[in-house]
Amino acid sequence: MSELASEQSSTAFARTRTQRRRGGGRGVASGITSPKKGPAALASYAVILVLFLAFLLPFAWLILSSIETGSGLNATPTWHFTLANFKAILNVATVYQPMLNSLILSGGTALLTVVCSALAAYPLSRFHMRFGRSFLYTILFATGLPITAVMVPVYSLYARFNLVDSEPATVLFMTASSLPFAIWMTKNFMDGVPVSLEEAAWTDGANWLQSLWRVVLPLMAPGIVVVFIFTFVMQWGNFFVPFILLLTPDKQPASVTIYTFFSQYGEVAYGQLAAFSIIYTAPVIALYGVLSKFLGGAFNLTGAVKG
Amino acid sequence: MTVATQQQTARIPMKGGARRPRRVRRTFSRLLPLGPALLLLAIFFAGPLIWSAYTAFTNMALSGSATTQFTGLANFRRMFADPAFVKSLELTVVFVIGSAVIGQNLLGMLLALILRGRNRLVRTIVNGVVIGAWVVPEVVAGFAWYAFLYKTGTLNAILGHLGLSQDWLYTMPMLAVILANTWRGTAFSMLVYSAALSDVPPELLEAAAVDGASSWQRLRYVTIPLIRRSIVSNLMLITLQTLASFGLIYVMTGGGPGTASSTTPLYMYQEAFQFYQLGYGTAMALVLLVLGALFSLIYLRLIKLEDS
Repeated sequence: MSELASEQSSTAFARTRTQRRRGGGRGVASGITSPKKGPAALASYAVILVLFLAFLLPFAWLILSSIETGSGLNATPTWHFTLANFKAILNVATVYQPMLNSLILSGGTALLTVVCSALAAYPLSRFHMRFGRSFLYTILFATGLPITAVMVPVYSLYARFNLVDSEPATVLFMTASSLPFAIWMTKNFMDGVPVSLEEAAWTDGANWLQSLWRVVLPLMAPGIVVVFIFTFVMQWGNFFVPFILLLTPDKQPASVTIYTFFSQYGEVAYGQLAAFSIIYTAPVIALYGVLSKFLGGAFNLTGAVKG
Repeated sequence: MTVATQQQTARIPMKGGARRPRRVRRTFSRLLPLGPALLLLAIFFAGPLIWSAYTAFTNMALSGSATTQFTGLANFRRMFADPAFVKSLELTVVFVIGSAVIGQNLLGMLLALILRGRNRLVRTIVNGVVIGAWVVPEVVAGFAWYAFLYKTGTLNAILGHLGLSQDWLYTMPMLAVILANTWRGTAFSMLVYSAALSDVPPELLEAAAVDGASSWQRLRYVTIPLIRRSIVSNLMLITLQTLASFGLIYVMTGGGPGTASSTTPLYMYQEAFQFYQLGYGTAMALVLLVLGALFSLIYLRLIKLEDS
């Protein structure tokens, strides 16, 4: 690690220059591996390579066995490539229905979350209320609550009111659990829209809803998209909540059915499992690409979170 | 939510006189947009939490709901006399410290430092793979690691040449899930630290270098104090997330072999949903929440100590 630090500061000057050129944004300067620091740079590239391989290798099996014939859990490639695994699972019961359920659950949750958090963020961002700060801290604290721990009481509550195995009720809980973080993010995005822009609307007699809908939301559209995609991606991967709250296989999202597929008795078709995993993961990867486009690089996601 | 109403009622009497009704109406209309979110949070978040605080002191079970009785501290006494639970708590702490505090945190820091100022292509590729591991749904990450560590899996195929191959999921299940969770969560720490490092003024490092500070000293005495807040908030977030981790371990080992990797969330799931001991499971959930609060307090205390 020491070589890295020295590497960094020796190029500090170059970096300030590059940053200035690029408008001083938070982007990290590029192309400043100085040829003078040969051995140190070589050592850190060696570390980078090892880490890169360590992160890449667990994916290898997933990708290879999805396109191999008769693949089990063996690492050695058979070099017989086929799309049979994909063909075998592309039917309503295995892939389409669970994917549609995932879409309904995550899409419904994301939509409801965006609407509720845009509404909630408005007074938090616009009016100086006495409890505003403490409310925001409560929200931040709720963000950290382990959902796993809340699930047992939620289940007993749902069991009592006969809501287990109901998709709308599951969406409502997923919305509630995504709200703290979404409100936090939306509020930070909304703070970026100057109040002065709204004043004109107020003078013209617009009420808060009109000014929110006509002035604020259009100006923070990218922020809204970010919150929507973020919530969608989180819920798409959510396993525990639907695993507990939805019992009928027809209603379960892909995250749960893919697990059932894996844990069923008898011989597991690992090639098909890998193919299913890839189909299930693809939308998330694509959406993440869109997300980082919107944010102008992954760094700003944490920037949005940091507030 | 309770905060909101309390403060609100406390506020009204102070502003007496004729303006009161108008003021009340105005504050009410201002608060109106908070309504839907508050309602959802109250019903599905605060409600269950309060409910759990009650259920934890009963013997509620799914089989016969009519027989629910208030049993006081019985669940908690039973819990701490239950060796399986105490062990699960220990495993949870090992899992959190191993995979979050050490694994994700240090590896994320290392990646942020090492990638800083590398050429664009290298950063894009490495970031892509690391973030890929983070974006992949946890069930899929579980399969990938199950296969990776399997008897005939990729890791053993590589280590076989060194004579180190073994059935990792059986010989050292905790190490296996710790590695998998580190792999999955490092991207978050990396992103937080990259953002924090880009806020460190290069002039300071430069000045320290001129004064003859070694690269380790610059990291220790310049960079780390400057990004202290990011470190603490990152630690808090990843700790709380790891504490509640269920899917990854459940897919990889199912808590086994035996109970060798059964952390508290898994043990809680087993008691509450497989043995239908809801009261007992809820008591464990409360312990988990308290453990999370405890970790948060330690970190907040660290910030305060540093500040004073």
